[in-house]
Amino acid sequence: MARTEAPTHPWAWWVWALFAAGAVSVTTNPLLLVLVVAAVVAVVVARRSDAPWARSVSTYFMLALVIVAFRVVMQVVFGGQRTGFVLFSLPELPLPAWAAGIRLGGPVTLNSLLAALYDGLRLAAIIICVGAANALANPRRALRNVPAALHELSVAVVIALSVAPQLVESAHRVRRARRLRGGRVKGWRAVPALVVPILEDAVERSLTLATSMEARGYGRTRDLTRVPRWVSASLLLAVMAVTFGVFLLLGVPGGARPGVVCLLVGVVVTAVGLRASGRRLSVTRYRPDRWRWRETATVALALAGLLAVAGVMVLDAGVLNPPTRPLTWPSLHPLFLVAAVLFAAPIAATVPDAPSPSSERPR
Amino acid sequence: MISFDEVSIRYTESASPVIADASFTIPDGDLCLVVGGTGSGKTTLLRAINGLVPHFVGGIMTGRVIVNGRSTRAERPRELADLIGFVGQNPLAGFVTDTVEDEVAYGMEQLGIAATAMRKRVEETLDLMNIAELRRRPLMQLSGGQQQRVAIASVLAAQPRVIVLDEPTSALDPTAAQDVLSALTTLVHDVGMTAVVAEHRLERVMQAADQVLWLPGDGSATLGPAAQVLGRASVVPPLAELAHALGWSEVPLSVRDARRRVARERITLRPLAAGPDPLRPSSGERSDRVERPAVCLRSLTVKHGQLRAVDELSLTLEGGSITALMGRNGAGKSSLMWAIQGALPSTGTLSVAGRDPRTLSAEAARSLVGLVPQEAADLLHLHTVGLECAQSDRESGVNAGTTWALLQRLGADFDADHHPRDLSEGQRLALVLAIQLSAGPSVMLLDEPTRGLDYTMKHNLALILRDLVDRGTCVVVSTHDVEFAARISQRTIVMAEGEVVADGPTREVCTSSPAFAPQVTKVFLPDPVLTTDEVVARRV
Repeated sequence: MARTEAPTHPWAWWVWALFAAGAVSVTTNPLLLVLVVAAVVAVVVARRSDAPWARSVSTYFMLALVIVAFRVVMQVVFGGQRTGFVLFSLPELPLPAWAAGIRLGGPVTLNSLLAALYDGLRLAAIIICVGAANALANPRRALRNVPAALHELSVAVVIALSVAPQLVESAHRVRRARRLRGGRVKGWRAVPALVVPILEDAVERSLTLATSMEARGYGRTRDLTRVPRWVSASLLLAVMAVTFGVFLLLGVPGGARPGVVCLLVGVVVTAVGLRASGRRLSVTRYRPDRWRWRETATVALALAGLLAVAGVMVLDAGVLNPPTRPLTWPSLHPLFLVAAVLFAAPIAATVPDAPSPSSERPR
Repeated sequence: MISFDEVSIRYTESASPVIADASFTIPDGDLCLVVGGTGSGKTTLLRAINGLVPHFVGGIMTGRVIVNGRSTRAERPRELADLIGFVGQNPLAGFVTDTVEDEVAYGMEQLGIAATAMRKRVEETLDLMNIAELRRRPLMQLSGGQQQRVAIASVLAAQPRVIVLDEPTSALDPTAAQDVLSALTTLVHDVGMTAVVAEHRLERVMQAADQVLWLPGDGSATLGPAAQVLGRASVVPPLAELAHALGWSEVPLSVRDARRRVARERITLRPLAAGPDPLRPSSGERSDRVERPAVCLRSLTVKHGQLRAVDELSLTLEGGSITALMGRNGAGKSSLMWAIQGALPSTGTLSVAGRDPRTLSAEAARSLVGLVPQEAADLLHLHTVGLECAQSDRESGVNAGTTWALLQRLGADFDADHHPRDLSEGQRLALVLAIQLSAGPSVMLLDEPTRGLDYTMKHNLALILRDLVDRGTCVVVSTHDVEFAARISQRTIVMAEGEVVADGPTREVCTSSPAFAPQVTKVFLPDPVLTTDEVVARRV
């Protein structure tokens, strides 16, 4: 079979999705939210494969819808904002004094409904962005590209990912087998009959897997000396510096400059430390994903999209958060369209994944 | 290449040794077959070759195992990975990644082989094992034979000098097994590797074996040329049985050898008498039993999503007979059995003794149709055999002790306080069969019962099934083992793609195509003889 071009690097899709999520996180303008989500969905539809993880996008959509609905229902039932244009009224339950601030029922206003809707939409848009990354990037491939020092960790996660469907399968099998014994035992007493065979199965499989990994050389190291202590210590400090830097940057007014310095130092030391501790492993990688111009272009376009939204923030911050009190029609800034086009542009920069052969039936 | 020097292995201080004072040397480039009954220490011996015993599994080992000058005492299995490739019993459970190509590369990644060399070796290995077209397929979706070939490929890619395989064909249909075995012969003959293979069903492998290592079960190990060792060994593949019956001292290793010897010694058989077949078990009593169909299916269909596992199947099964159900993995045999039991939703008409198990409660269905599933252990969840039996008595609503008595009748000689997981395959099968029989079903379905059974256990199972049939039970056995099917069944049904492709008396079905013909049949072709017993009875 002639091979089409190698699939896009999974991390490129993750960076793209995170930039899109970043862009939607600063706004409650439904027009921008819908535009960005439309762009993201267009990319997913055009570029996803038919692999199992690619089908997960509908799950994320359902989750997003549930979030919006939940946010709106919560506002209707418990919302504190009860003034403005009244749509209808719910009977109000008087609550005791200690529950001050919570209102159950009461008038439901258009203003409060819209505010809740916009807020829910923002969260839903972020969820959809993450779901898009999940659908486009094979999670296992993404894990394969972690630094060598995190090799053991990524192997553990990959195995956990493969064990889950096996557990489901064995649970299904055992449940079906219950009927063969009449299934007389009901309720709590039936639990051991289900759990014991599944657990025994899982333990047996884990042992088989561990034996196979041992026999195939997992854990061979170049030299058996452990990682030097200073490497571990500096890694720990670096991670703390990153956390502190992020806190300064986001949480403390005027902490931007020391925050950025802290963050940069932390990231650099982490990179050096991971490299140093990764050297003890002699593991090589088969056909590593390559970072080509397509990946750079995808990331650059997404960054441009994020900058376009940031531009709106500088030029006309009010547009990003349309007021619901008094009610105004959310306005469309021309840069919104630019941002949406930029987020959708990776369609042009990338190629579809080689069709997965999973649809063929095994012999 | 592989030398054992006074090796003894025991798992606990007090237990008797699994391997006792074994000393032998397997030369470079040989295919060595390890034979012995269940529990004779085959797996332990294989695991000792690359040091999994005692480094990984545990156990107490004395003596030395030296492979290509390297001692398993000094190096752990992972350090020997570049020298010895090890393929376990269940390939799917041993897979680390999710696609064929990644799995083949995994071992090399651990050995730190350079990316360019790795690329080349993956291609070579895929071609060698003939799985190049599967390279991007998820491992879960492969058939059993394909999975086994991928498992072999994934250890081969690291270019070991020795490959160790633990029952590579036990779960495979005859054609898939043939694929795996021919791949193995290629490795030994063309690549020059040393292979050590444990097998229960010798009939397919023995012609390729240079040496046979026989483990009688007392801890000793005897190595020698295949033809001689098999003449003495307690494991008797069909051709060895034939050799014993005809008084040959050396066992013919292939059908071709046996045919030539039969021709040379001018062994001829009396023609088969017309009319009812007197040699088929229990067919003589047919006339005095009321002929009534036990199971009747009309256009039964089972769907798994889009896939029609059983496709508009119509069938009638009679009481007091054994039917063998054959066909490759995924042909719909298991689905059909689960559907007849009523545990799997199906469309079409289904009637067992005049009732439809799909509409009955689980308890009622169980007393109508018993099913021993492929994964028999799924039915067991208590700590001891005794508790399982007591539970079974309650579930079936019979007197206490019924299940235990059934178990005794099935010839089980183990304690009631054993843990079900500690039983051997054959013992566990007997336990589940006893549990299912306690409900007194008139139809008994067994899904792949012969998997993992040695020749003695299969013989015992055949006796148990005949006993059931004599009591009027309708027995259906799905199996890949044509030798077993030929020995026990009156009728054989071959399935493919959810449909019946052949249905008739076992003698006709099994002798008409080479894929389903037992070895004795192939030796005496065109005579439709099925078993050695028949050869003895009809010999002129």
